[in-house]
Amino acid sequence: MHELSLTQSIVELAIEHAHRENAVAIRSITVEIGALSGVSADAVEFAFDVCSRGTMADGARLEVLHIAGRGRCLECHGESELETLTYTCPRCGSLALETVQGQEMKFTEMEID
Amino acid sequence: MCIDCGCSTDPGSLHHHDHKHDEKTSRTIRVEEDLLAKNNRLAANNRIRFAAGQLLVLNLVSSPGSGKTSVLERTLSDLKDKIDFAVLEGDQQTSNDADRIAATGVPVKQINTGTGCHLDAHMVGHGVDDFDLPATDILMIENVGNLVCPASFDLGEDHKVVVLSVTEGEDKPLKYPQMFQAAELMLINKIDLLPYLRFDLQQCKAFARQVNPRIEIIELSCHSGEGMTAWYDWLHAGIERKRMQA
Repeated sequence: MHELSLTQSIVELAIEHAHRENAVAIRSITVEIGALSGVSADAVEFAFDVCSRGTMADGARLEVLHIAGRGRCLECHGESELETLTYTCPRCGSLALETVQGQEMKFTEMEID
Repeated sequence: MCIDCGCSTDPGSLHHHDHKHDEKTSRTIRVEEDLLAKNNRLAANNRIRFAAGQLLVLNLVSSPGSGKTSVLERTLSDLKDKIDFAVLEGDQQTSNDADRIAATGVPVKQINTGTGCHLDAHMVGHGVDDFDLPATDILMIENVGNLVCPASFDLGEDHKVVVLSVTEGEDKPLKYPQMFQAAELMLINKIDLLPYLRFDLQQCKAFARQVNPRIEIIELSCHSGEGMTAWYDWLHAGIERKRMQA
């Protein structure tokens, strides 16, 4: 459940930025979670209710955007979509791929009053 | 945020619903910050401290019971006259592992994470405060036994070393790809038990390379001593690289 630490970071970042903007309320928070980041979006959503309770982020809507995974083959250099870290290149069958997208876990934006 | 359960200590102000939400006052601000930014900043600080002491720092990760502590015990006993070690032990509870390491005479500190499922850069930064870092060659950080969460948290180490024992099943790299992708070296431990198990060593190595084409692999048994020399050579080469960088 490392999602609990990460969600705590989401709440801390939200409050920090809200204070900086002299906001009186946080309406929504948007984060990006990559398919290959090792983070469960469901667990983040679940943890958010607990972590935000009693804080300025209490009651805010959390939007989790899913970022698809992409890999590049180290043999044929072709790019392909991948939803897990275990894969073979669909073009040449090589097992050697590197991740080019999908490791993201980012706080992108928030809506404040 | 020292441990996972710190939610209730949040310094943020209470959100009183005594105001009206007016559509016109609402605005969207861009933040664009990595969720691990704070941990990564602290890890970068650790890395600077470690570099100043020319330390080789290894983050040992595995499932519980793979033999991380036993590999460490044997390594320290065999090499402590040639290499100056320090050890951080991460567990949810007890100082059992630190007690075992302390018996070898090597400086050790136990970190208990309580409910936390992984070590983070903050814990490690404070954990090494009592060590004489400039007088240390290798800092071994034994992470909490968990093949999932520790993969995401940079501690400021040079390398993650994942330990997999042959009693666990050869498909662990496929089941927990994040960890095997993050590691530079895999130690396959307890190979003295291979004759008694249906563990496909070649298949295990192929699975690990499927997840991480660059991973180095050493097969060993800290019980029989088989393969330990290859691991020690890897450590010596790591120290040498550190000295060259300085």
